[in-house]
Amino acid sequence: MILDSIQRVLSTNELVTAFLFVGTLVWLSYLISARLTRGQVHGSAIAIALGLVLAWYGGLVTGGNRGLADISFFAGVGTLGGAMFRDFAIVATAFGADIKALKQAGFVGAVSIVIGVFVSFLIGGIVAISFGYTDPIAVTTIGAGAATYIVGPVTGTALGAGSDVIALSVAAGLTKSVLVMIGTPFIAPKIGLNNPHSALIYGGLMGTTSGVAGGLAATDPKLVPYGAMTATFYTGVGCLLAPSVLYLGVRALL
Amino acid sequence: MVIYGVALLSFCMLTGVLVGDLLGEVMGVQSNVGGVGIAMLLLLVLSNLDSRKLKLTPITEKGIGFWSAMYIPIVVAMAARQNVFSALSGGWMAIVAGVAAVAASFALIPVLARFGKGEHQ
Repeated sequence: MILDSIQRVLSTNELVTAFLFVGTLVWLSYLISARLTRGQVHGSAIAIALGLVLAWYGGLVTGGNRGLADISFFAGVGTLGGAMFRDFAIVATAFGADIKALKQAGFVGAVSIVIGVFVSFLIGGIVAISFGYTDPIAVTTIGAGAATYIVGPVTGTALGAGSDVIALSVAAGLTKSVLVMIGTPFIAPKIGLNNPHSALIYGGLMGTTSGVAGGLAATDPKLVPYGAMTATFYTGVGCLLAPSVLYLGVRALL
Repeated sequence: MVIYGVALLSFCMLTGVLVGDLLGEVMGVQSNVGGVGIAMLLLLVLSNLDSRKLKLTPITEKGIGFWSAMYIPIVVAMAARQNVFSALSGGWMAIVAGVAAVAASFALIPVLARFGKGEHQ
């Protein structure tokens, strides 16, 4: 009876349950960071990694596509971690950002978006070809997926790719986003990702909004507004270039 | 009042996303083009206005500061709702494509950062 009541209360107040859940997860992660890694690994990096593991578990158990949020208990995590609150919080981080740094790196930031889309597309396309794909539409779609998991399906749908290829492009984009979240704090010192200037370029090159949001949160939250600023333009630029110019390029080459 | 800050933040986000949506329509792209980035610029401009009428009080700023501080918890929730399972079960090609794209992009950061810095000096 008590269990039934607990379950009812938790799932009718899903967003509040999510606050408690995330708070506990963050607390646990900072404890692990301090005790087990002596602060070497940032608490938020551990929290994000634990989140991803739980998301994997959620997918395994439910077969859904929203990770942990598909378990009814944790439906609120889906709302709290959804695009609406994510974007709301990202915009809020701009408050107090340095306008001068943004202006200074404005041009190279814009250039990095175009280069970022092109490089990811090229690498994704090469990988597709080396795995035996020869159809220009399939190669373009998978290349686009290596840009972000939104550019992939948008491009695939526009070009009329098969649903298996579109699913692959989404998987490539998801892999990228997960890897950016986990990898950024470890690679950041090696590539000089410690100032607004390089954060703007990082956002433009990586492009995955979730990846960049998670990666910078785990590295240095002060850099978030700069990386997020360029990253939010990336998907739009990718959706513009991939099904048009880049597809024509692939068709000419294959 | 705290709600003024939250409302200002909401105004910036909705306006930015609307502009990004219209940009996408104009460009013929099935996606929002930079809506969040535009919203961030708008918030920066509005919160830096010198006019005495729009000067934010510390309590109003708290309404924005709260959401800024909620950023990491929200990102943790975002991580917990990613489709990690299908990323890992998409087969080797998807994983190789994703990993290679990230590696190449990471490698380019120092290159572009130097290029950009040189330009300003």
